[in-house]
Amino acid sequence: MSKPNNYLIGIFDDEDVLLSGVKKVRDAGANIYEVFTPFPVHGLEHALGYKRSKLPVAAFLFGMCGTMLALLMMTYMMGIDWPMIIGGKDFIAVPDFIPVTFELTVLLSAFGMVGTFFVMVGLKPYATPEVYDVRQTDDKHVMIVDLDKNKFDEETLRAIIRDAGASEVNNPNSGLTNEKEQEEYAV
Amino acid sequence: MTETFDFSAAVKKPLIMAAIAGLVCLIIGVASSVMGGGHHEAAHDDHAPKVEQAAGHDAHAEAAHGDAHAAGGHHEEFSWTKRVWTSLWHNGVFFLGIAAAGILFFAVQYAAQAGWSAPVQRIPLAMGNWLPIGGGIIIVLFTVFNHDLFHWTHDYLYEKGTPTYDAILDGKKSFLNVPFFIGRMVAYVALWTVMFFQLKKNALAEDENGGDQYWFKGRKLSAIYIILFAVTGVTASWDWLMSIDPHWFSTLYGWYVIASWWVTGLAFICMTVVLLKENGYLKEVNANHIHDLGKYVFAFSVFWTYLWFSQFLLIYYANIPEETIYFVERLQTGPYKALFFINILINFIFPFLFLMTRDSKRHGIFLKIACPAVIFGHWIDFYLMVAPGILKGNGGLTFIDLGFFLIFGVAFIWVFLTNLAKSPLVALNHPMMEEAKHHHI
Repeated sequence: MSKPNNYLIGIFDDEDVLLSGVKKVRDAGANIYEVFTPFPVHGLEHALGYKRSKLPVAAFLFGMCGTMLALLMMTYMMGIDWPMIIGGKDFIAVPDFIPVTFELTVLLSAFGMVGTFFVMVGLKPYATPEVYDVRQTDDKHVMIVDLDKNKFDEETLRAIIRDAGASEVNNPNSGLTNEKEQEEYAV
Repeated sequence: MTETFDFSAAVKKPLIMAAIAGLVCLIIGVASSVMGGGHHEAAHDDHAPKVEQAAGHDAHAEAAHGDAHAAGGHHEEFSWTKRVWTSLWHNGVFFLGIAAAGILFFAVQYAAQAGWSAPVQRIPLAMGNWLPIGGGIIIVLFTVFNHDLFHWTHDYLYEKGTPTYDAILDGKKSFLNVPFFIGRMVAYVALWTVMFFQLKKNALAEDENGGDQYWFKGRKLSAIYIILFAVTGVTASWDWLMSIDPHWFSTLYGWYVIASWWVTGLAFICMTVVLLKENGYLKEVNANHIHDLGKYVFAFSVFWTYLWFSQFLLIYYANIPEETIYFVERLQTGPYKALFFINILINFIFPFLFLMTRDSKRHGIFLKIACPAVIFGHWIDFYLMVAPGILKGNGGLTFIDLGFFLIFGVAFIWVFLTNLAKSPLVALNHPMMEEAKHHHI
C-alpha cells in the first residue's frame, strides 16, 4: 500500500480500546491504512484482518538450500576434490557431515528469514520511518486512516474513529494537529 | 457444570476388538515360533557379528551349543520362549515409561506455572494409574525370567578360574547383582507411584475444596517428582535397558531413553486430547491448546533425534570396538538393519516434515496420523534397545511382538480411561482455568 497523503490520525490511549476500536472502525466500513503501536499488541493483526505471513515458507526454502549446500560442499571436498581417510571412515562419511549440515541449515534459514523480512517490510539503509505522531514511539497507539481510500467524507470518518474510542483525531493537512503537545513529547 | 468422561460400551468395543486381535497375533506368533519359522535369516547373514552368533543356528542347535562355548560365548541354546519374555519385557518397560512420562508432563506444567494446560491436565494424571500395574509386571518378569533376559545374572560369570569367568562383569558386580537390582526396581516404581498418588490426591482435593493452597502444594510435589524422575529415570534406563548389553555403556543413554518415553507420552496425551475434543468433551480446549500439544510432539521428536544422533555419532566417530559393538549388533545383524532406519524415518523425518507447518499442529486430522506414528515409532526404538542384546540374530519383529503391543496397549488405555472416568475430566477449581480459556497463540 502506498503511503497516504491525505489522512486522519486517531490516537488511542489503551491497547484494549485500540483492539475493539479497530474492529469498530472496520465494521463501520472504513479502511484503515495502518496502526502503529509502541509495543506489540496481541491479536492486532487479526483485528486488522491481515493474512498470515509467508515468512515460514521462506525459512523452509532457505533452510533446504543450506542442507543441500552443506551436503554438496562436503561431498565434493571430502569425496571428489581432496579425498582423505579420516578415522578409517569412507571418503563420503555421511554421519560426519550431519553436524555441519545442521549448522548450515540453521544459518541459512535464519539469515534468509531475516533478509526476507527486511525486504518484505522495506527496511533498508536510509529508509524513512513512518512516524505520524511522535507519541507512537512512546505511549500512544496511532491509527492512520487514508481519506483518499475511503468512501466517507472527513467528518463522518472523524466521528467513526472518535466513536471507536480515540482520545483525539487529527488531520495534519488541515492544521488540526497538536504541534505543541508533540514538541513536548519529542524532548 | 462438571464434565465427566463416560467410558461407555462404544469406547470399550474397539478396545476389546484390539485386544482380541492382539491375542490372535500372539497365538499366530507363538505357533510359528514353535514350528521354527521366522528366524532362519540370521544364519545366512554373513556380516553378522561374531558375538555368540552360533547360538542362532537353531537347526543345528546341538552343534551350535558346543561351538558357542568353544568360541567363548556363554549363551544357552535359543528357545522360542525367550522371544515371549523379550517381548513382555520390551512392552512392560515401554508402557511403564509412558505412564511415568505422563506424570512428568503433569509435573512440568505445575513447575513452570503454566496456565494454558489446565484443562488437559487430568489426562496425563490418569496415565499414572498404570505405574503400580506396569511396575508390578516388570518386577515379576525380572524375578522369574532374569536369566533369559539379562546375561549378567548368570552365576557362572563370576566363578574365578573357570573359562566362563568374566572379569569385566565381575568388576560391575557391586552394582549389577540380582538383589540390588530388584531393590532398585522396587524403589523406582514405589517412588514414582507414591509421588503420583500424592499429586492425584492433591488435585482431587482441589476439586473438592478449592483454594490456591492446592496449586502451591502441587508445585512443590511437582518439583520433587521432576528431580526424582530425572535421577531415577536415568538409573532405571541403565538397569532395565542398558544392562541388557552389560559390557557396553553410553553416558548419554539415560537421557536418550527418557526422551523416547517423554515424546511417546506427549504423543499419547496429544492424541487423547484430540479424540476427546472430537467426541464433544473438553469444551475449554480450543485449537490453541491442540497447537501447543502438537508443538510438544514436534519439538521433542527433534530432541529425541538430537540425543539419538549424539550417541550414534560419537560412537561411530571414535570407533572404539567395545562401544561400536552396540551399533554393529543393530546395523549389521539381519533382522535389525531395516528397523534401525525405519526408526529414524518414523521418529524424526516423518514428524519433522509432517508437523512442521502451523496448520498441521492445529488440526486433529494431522495429529491423528502423526501421534500414532510417533508412538509406534518409539515402540520400535525400544525394541531396538531390548531385542538385539537378548535375541541376537534370532530377533526381528514377529506377531508375538505385535500381539503383546496390542494387549499391553489396550490394558494401558483401559486402566487410563477407567481412571479418567472416575473424576471430573476438567479440574473444577484450578486457579489457572480462566487463563487457559483465553489461551491464544
